[in-house]
Amino acid sequence: MRLRLVPQETSFDFFKRAKLWLGISALMMVVALASFLLQGLNFGIDFRGGTTIRTEASETVDVGAYRDALAVHELGDVSITEVFDPSFEDDQHVAMIRIQAQDDGEAISGEMIETLKASLDAVAPGIKFVSVESVGPKVSGELITTAVIAVALAIGAVLIYIWLRFEWQFALGAVAALLHDVVLTIGVFSELQIKFDLAIIAALLTIVGYSLNDTVVVFDRVRENLRRYKKKDLAEVLNISINETLSRTMMTSVTTLLALVSLYVLGGDVIRGFVFAMIWGVIVGTYSSVFVASTILLKLGVKRDWSKQANTTGNQFSNIDA
Amino acid sequence: MLQIDLWKRVLIWLVCAAGLLLALPNGFYTRVEQANDAAAEIIAKGETPERLETAGQWPSFLPSGLVNLGLDLRGGAHLLAEVQVEDVYEARMDALWPEVRDALRPERDTVGTFRRQPGPADQIRLKISKPDGMSRALEVVRGLANPVTSLTGAGATDIEVSSQGDILVVQLSEAEKLASDDRTVRQSLEIVRRRIDEVGTREPTIQRQGADRILIQVPGIGSASELKAIIGTTAQLTFNPVVGRGSDADAAPGIGNKIVPSLDEEGVYYTIEAAAVVTGEDLVDAQPSYDQNGRPAVTFRFNTSGARRFGDYTAENIGSPFAIVLDDEVVSAPVIQSHIPGGSGIITGNFTIEESTNLAVLLRAGALPAGLEFLEERTIGPELGQDSIDAGKVATAVAFIAVLVYMIGSYGMFGMFANVALVLNIALIFGMLSLIGGTLTLPGIAGIVLTVGMAVDANVLIFERIREELKAGRGPAKAIDEGYSKALSAILDANITTFITAVILFAMGSGPVRGFAITLGLGIMTSVFTAIFVTRLMIVMWFERRRPKTIEV
Repeated sequence: MRLRLVPQETSFDFFKRAKLWLGISALMMVVALASFLLQGLNFGIDFRGGTTIRTEASETVDVGAYRDALAVHELGDVSITEVFDPSFEDDQHVAMIRIQAQDDGEAISGEMIETLKASLDAVAPGIKFVSVESVGPKVSGELITTAVIAVALAIGAVLIYIWLRFEWQFALGAVAALLHDVVLTIGVFSELQIKFDLAIIAALLTIVGYSLNDTVVVFDRVRENLRRYKKKDLAEVLNISINETLSRTMMTSVTTLLALVSLYVLGGDVIRGFVFAMIWGVIVGTYSSVFVASTILLKLGVKRDWSKQANTTGNQFSNIDA
Repeated sequence: MLQIDLWKRVLIWLVCAAGLLLALPNGFYTRVEQANDAAAEIIAKGETPERLETAGQWPSFLPSGLVNLGLDLRGGAHLLAEVQVEDVYEARMDALWPEVRDALRPERDTVGTFRRQPGPADQIRLKISKPDGMSRALEVVRGLANPVTSLTGAGATDIEVSSQGDILVVQLSEAEKLASDDRTVRQSLEIVRRRIDEVGTREPTIQRQGADRILIQVPGIGSASELKAIIGTTAQLTFNPVVGRGSDADAAPGIGNKIVPSLDEEGVYYTIEAAAVVTGEDLVDAQPSYDQNGRPAVTFRFNTSGARRFGDYTAENIGSPFAIVLDDEVVSAPVIQSHIPGGSGIITGNFTIEESTNLAVLLRAGALPAGLEFLEERTIGPELGQDSIDAGKVATAVAFIAVLVYMIGSYGMFGMFANVALVLNIALIFGMLSLIGGTLTLPGIAGIVLTVGMAVDANVLIFERIREELKAGRGPAKAIDEGYSKALSAILDANITTFITAVILFAMGSGPVRGFAITLGLGIMTSVFTAIFVTRLMIVMWFERRRPKTIEV
């Protein structure tokens, strides 16, 4: 007896409602973009400068009292949030304090941190600063640039790789799926206002990698089936390929999700945002490799008459390991 | 069909064994760490029975490389400092001014009298009274230029001399500025390294980043401010002639002079000549000691050229006051009593013993050639790191078990093979991390967990393919063989694309992100290796022994 997520043989028609799926994807992307433009991302200090302090005290966090204690120092925009996590002890009360970037290019001074600690100690005796991170506005600007370049480079590099290994239609399909995933992930972050910092960029790039992984496996099968079923039309070949790989797609997504969900629940609050991005990315990535990448490939069409013209265009590297 | 040469089998098992062996020390982290520290101490400070015993906690024939824990796991401080390279231009100009003055003095007949004009700090602006003599003045000052000592600036000279009407302008040339910036950053890096080493902490990371930045990460230190206190003070020691003494901070100092406050006398300001007679660069030694009244002080010694200049100056200026300036504050301004020929001296002031010891350390390590501006500071407390490690351990274990159970449920016997490969996979990641001295960060743990999920992917691809082949009516041996060969291109394509993103992350990222990229990249390599070699070998060995007529995947 084997555990089966999908039946042995499936013959779903993934393109019967292609327009609907594309429509949904397009709509979600529009919503994501709108949310991003209207609301913007909740950038962490990595990207907009400033200071975050993680405090730990034995008494419950009184956000109002903390705010009043800090108000005298006139630091501008200060946000205080209490952090909850199942892994905390009963007398472990954690808060995150975020202070906007100060005028000068430098990070906040050590003396200032000590002063803040003294003020907070008055309202929460024995308070500890378990981590203090401060990024000057000069660096944060550069970090944004680097992050954007990194994502663009990653997408560009895989575009080229897939173009070399397959054909340009495949590359476009894969990149459309990628953009779809990245846009939706950014959309979720802006809609839910989850802190967006450097680690999230790492998550985004992993999503890029994961989504591609899925797409490439499907495309690999499409390439193979295009050679096998020369008479069938493209939609049919795509459907066969997706159905054949469906079991694997689900299997891998579920194992990855199993691992990620356990990290989300048990891994502590520090990396929860990061893991959330990945979970979302795995779900969206799985969806997009079937419904976005393949549909776009179908719309673009693929050159089929390889028999007449020996493999010359685009896929000249495609059989190095076949 | 299902043949694997013996040498390949041996090689595959050897690689796995080596990975396990290299990963082993991480299973006994604290013990191995103590043993390594003791071993290092024995080399540095000699043997003691205690150290020998601690070092013996871990057998020396076993590998002892450990995965470094990143700051977010171990706790510590992180600083990103920008070296203020322009500071050096000013010092260079101040040092050049006496030379320019001395060179132009014999030319008074042609150039007339000259005065230094106020202007940007990185320029000398001279007004000469006979503009007709400008060409001669330019010629003389240009004669002071030296060739630039750098590869790119070959053929260029270090100063640029030009004229604007009756003003002669001297400044550093672009080539020299570039060369000087590079020197300044390298010097600063070296000095920061020496200062941190003097304090003696474990495995600090001190790296140059970009053109003018230094990244400093010290695990185990209490806070970023503490770290700044160690490296932040410039400890720029100079000896300058004193022009006057007063209580007005805003008085006009006169060209070529500057006003600096006294270190311990409130409200007292000295006017000193900006060009130093001798600087801390000429120091060869500094030690904490006591003056004749038994108060803490610092004795120092100059190198030969410093000693000569110091000797000459004291011989010529007996009876004049002389300022010992530390980081633009006058420590003391004694009157020169006699010619001091030996090149050694003593700095007295109201020091505590601790202060005099620190000052000696700072002077010995050398002055930072330029100021540091801190752009990024992070302190992570050790408790938070420990919490993260604990949470990470639990999460990884749960993820691991869930995936193991799921694989067996889905693929039975073959799932078992994949699971063995998965365990090996994690061991190999740790082994490789230990081998290359990689750093494990919190996102790095996430990378490993992600690998756990994704590592089975290659096996899943193969197993699904074998299923298909079986369904198509092939015999077991043929199905396994076909399954592997047909899945290969998908495995490679899928992993290469992910690997590309890992490489880009590694190249562009810093700190935690880079840690993630390392574990992800290593995870991809080891998972491809285990899927296409290790599980295959296990399946082949199983198949050879059993020779089953039918298989179920």
